[in-house]
Amino acid sequence: MASIVNSLLVVVLGLNLFALGSSRLNAVIRIVALQGALLGFLPLLIHQPIGLAAVVAAVAAIVLKGIVIPIMLTSALQRAQIKREVEPLIGLLPSMILGALVTGFAMMFAAYLPVAREHSDLLLVPASLATVLVGFILLTTRFKAISQVIGYLVLENGIFIFGMLLVDAMPLTVEMGVLLDLFVGIFVVCIIVNHINQAFASMDTRRLVELKE
Amino acid sequence: MMSLWLMFGAIALLCVSGGPALLGPRRSALGQRVATGLVVLGSALGLVGVGLALAARTPVSLAVGWFLPAGRFAVGLDPLSAVFLVPIFLVPALGSVYGLEYWPQAQHPENGRKLSFFYGLLAGAMALVVIARNGVLFLIVWEVMAMASFFAATAEDDDPAVRSAGWVYLVATHIGTLCLIAMFALWKHATGTYMFGMPSTGNWAATTQADAMPLGLAGAIFVLALIGFGCKAGLMPLHVWLPGTHANAPSHVSAVMSGVMLKMGVYGIVRMAGVLPVGPSWWGGVVLGVGAATGVLGIAMALGQGDLKRLLAYSSIENIGIILMGVGLAVLGRTYHRPEWVLLGLGGALLHVWNHGLFKSLLFLNAGSVMHAAHTRAIDRLGGLGSRMPRTAGLFLLGAVAICALPPLNGFVSEWLIYLGLLHTVAPGNSPGIPPGTAPGLPVAALGAVALAMIGALAAACFVKLLGAAFLGTPRTAAAEHAHDPRKTMLGPMIVLAAGCILLGLAPWLAAPLLERVATGWSGELVPAGTAIQALAPLTSISLAAGGLIAGTGVLLVLLYQMLKRRTVARAGTWDCGYARPTARMQYTGSSFAQFLMSLWTWALWPQIERPQVAGLFPPAPGAAEVAGKTPARIAGAGAGARFAMFLPDTILERLVLPTFRLANRLLPKLRLLQQGRIQIYVIYFLGIVLLLLLWGRIGF
Repeated sequence: MASIVNSLLVVVLGLNLFALGSSRLNAVIRIVALQGALLGFLPLLIHQPIGLAAVVAAVAAIVLKGIVIPIMLTSALQRAQIKREVEPLIGLLPSMILGALVTGFAMMFAAYLPVAREHSDLLLVPASLATVLVGFILLTTRFKAISQVIGYLVLENGIFIFGMLLVDAMPLTVEMGVLLDLFVGIFVVCIIVNHINQAFASMDTRRLVELKE
Repeated sequence: MMSLWLMFGAIALLCVSGGPALLGPRRSALGQRVATGLVVLGSALGLVGVGLALAARTPVSLAVGWFLPAGRFAVGLDPLSAVFLVPIFLVPALGSVYGLEYWPQAQHPENGRKLSFFYGLLAGAMALVVIARNGVLFLIVWEVMAMASFFAATAEDDDPAVRSAGWVYLVATHIGTLCLIAMFALWKHATGTYMFGMPSTGNWAATTQADAMPLGLAGAIFVLALIGFGCKAGLMPLHVWLPGTHANAPSHVSAVMSGVMLKMGVYGIVRMAGVLPVGPSWWGGVVLGVGAATGVLGIAMALGQGDLKRLLAYSSIENIGIILMGVGLAVLGRTYHRPEWVLLGLGGALLHVWNHGLFKSLLFLNAGSVMHAAHTRAIDRLGGLGSRMPRTAGLFLLGAVAICALPPLNGFVSEWLIYLGLLHTVAPGNSPGIPPGTAPGLPVAALGAVALAMIGALAAACFVKLLGAAFLGTPRTAAAEHAHDPRKTMLGPMIVLAAGCILLGLAPWLAAPLLERVATGWSGELVPAGTAIQALAPLTSISLAAGGLIAGTGVLLVLLYQMLKRRTVARAGTWDCGYARPTARMQYTGSSFAQFLMSLWTWALWPQIERPQVAGLFPPAPGAAEVAGKTPARIAGAGAGARFAMFLPDTILERLVLPTFRLANRLLPKLRLLQQGRIQIYVIYFLGIVLLLLLWGRIGF
């Protein structure tokens, strides 16, 4: 079972780099959707025997992150009629290299952390750290509001992986609450994206500086 | 327990006293009467409760859990609390009655209800402060007290001067509260509980954990208490809020703030000094030294004031200094195991708490009457009020005599006790457990007596200035010309306070048993139960001497009257000086009276003086042409340009505190570089913090 989980996590790490390197917003949305959906299977794989709670959490995560949120983002993108390019602060290749570096850093760092024995042969901690850091890179180097949302999604995925360490301790309601928060957050942002576009005739978050006091 | 329940009833009544009026119309006289009635009723209940508690002879306490995660609702009523409860239940009630005429809602519709409400809340919160026995509860009611007094003092918030004084107060009181929060945190760390001074056992001073705490920690708690409570009490240099707030508050609020609320700071210092383990000698030394400095500088500042209420406020600072000197002596007595220092120092300090509560409230209410009649606080715009408001003037004279510590009034007794205590430090004396007369003295502490003497002399000068300029002579303005005594509603409370001054002056032994009990409990039985102040300071002979003094004065007055009856008495204008047509402007002013003494204190006070440069024997008068009539210019000398003005800004506030705040105001905006308004940069901050935390966890720096 550990090998399946680990291969899944390696795919997730690969998707991180893909998300950093892709130049088209639609592609990034799909990559992150795939990442979210893959992660949705984690609770089923890690927890044996499979309980009702794990199934509910998995199904909700897969449906929400794999289907609902991507659809919302894509439609927001179409309505706003913005250019479909990513417009990064640093180039795509440097972003990927940076992503690879932080993944390596996460691996090294996680080796030092004290982890419970049943998790010690899994890649959960390094994968989670790497995904969180990649989320931060996406957040800081992309300017469009939609790419910010994607950055938050990746960040949340990283936290989700980390949460797998605690599934036993964390009740279903907390998981559901987190998913609901995520959903509502994205829902609101998708509406705001439209308004930002109308107000500033652009999706560039740099224009928001004008709101500064 | 009965006494505690009465106390709760009293506090509840005080806290809600302003509530009914809030529901009524803005100009309702009825609402204000209801508020005053509730305050008086609550205060009466409270006084009965205090009386019952003292009669029961054993301290009562109550501790129940409550809804907050920290602390408990713990209260206790012991002699020390009782000492402070008496003025709390006396002065606000009198002030409230006074307010019926002084601040009627009908004339102050914009703030009358607000003032009534916060006035009652202030009184209730103060009562809770002195009975609270849990740090969390204490901090909560302390904050309620601070906020209530803030809103009561800034009643006239449409005036920019009031607002600015209010802000200074708000900042100062919260700095003090911060220190108290730190103090209780350390207390909890040291003892494992927020409770303090629970009178569950006979010896409430000591808890085993408190006695076991390291002296360094205890010293830190003591210093924090001194700063935190000193902010409220008005110790130099933490007094910066006090003059402005007192001057700008309505007079009955000033009376409560000065007469009672400042004492909450004193209470805190005394309480903490009592529950902490016996400390090293620097504790008492610092308190004594700070007290002496506060007293001397406070009265020197008062001397230079031209504003009636600011002068009284600085005089409050001076009196707090005197009280602190007594407390410092008592703390030294604990360190050196000298019961008589404790008894005289603490007894004198606490008696002065009562006395100052009586005569300072009296003086502030008096100042209110003067303002009510003459519509100004500037001393040099008054004058001649003595013949126009004879009752007010008489009461003012009485208050001034009391505050100058002159016999036969109460101020004399308490300062005399402190003098005696300070003089006891000169020679070796008795201490429990060693042969009599061999306990070493501490002659350096006797320097405090010198400071006290200096304070007394300056206070006398200060109040002679005030009385002379405001009540004697001829009126300087039309408003002062037409001033008249207030009606009974305002005079009554003042007469009660004056009666208190006389009573405690003539019969100080009435208070002695209570003071002895406090000293016994506070010192952890260092002062054995049953020790009498009488043995150290003959209070009954004070009664006799005071009675003799009054009788002698009476006889002299009668003789004078008899003598004058048989002669013709000529009446002439004051400061007539033989001039044909004197004007009111030729009188001595308060500033000119104080000028010589002020010149001795310029090094500390830095007065600002505005006057034209005068050169030569016959200097040309600026603007001489404008002088009316044909008077030669060089004699008139009183042209439009020849003016003299002296201001005495608060040295600490104007030279230290405000410049610091201005500097901060200039420098801190540079931090706004951090706020760029870009989401990406904020996220980088997050990332930086996260990485820092990761590294911290890893390396452990």
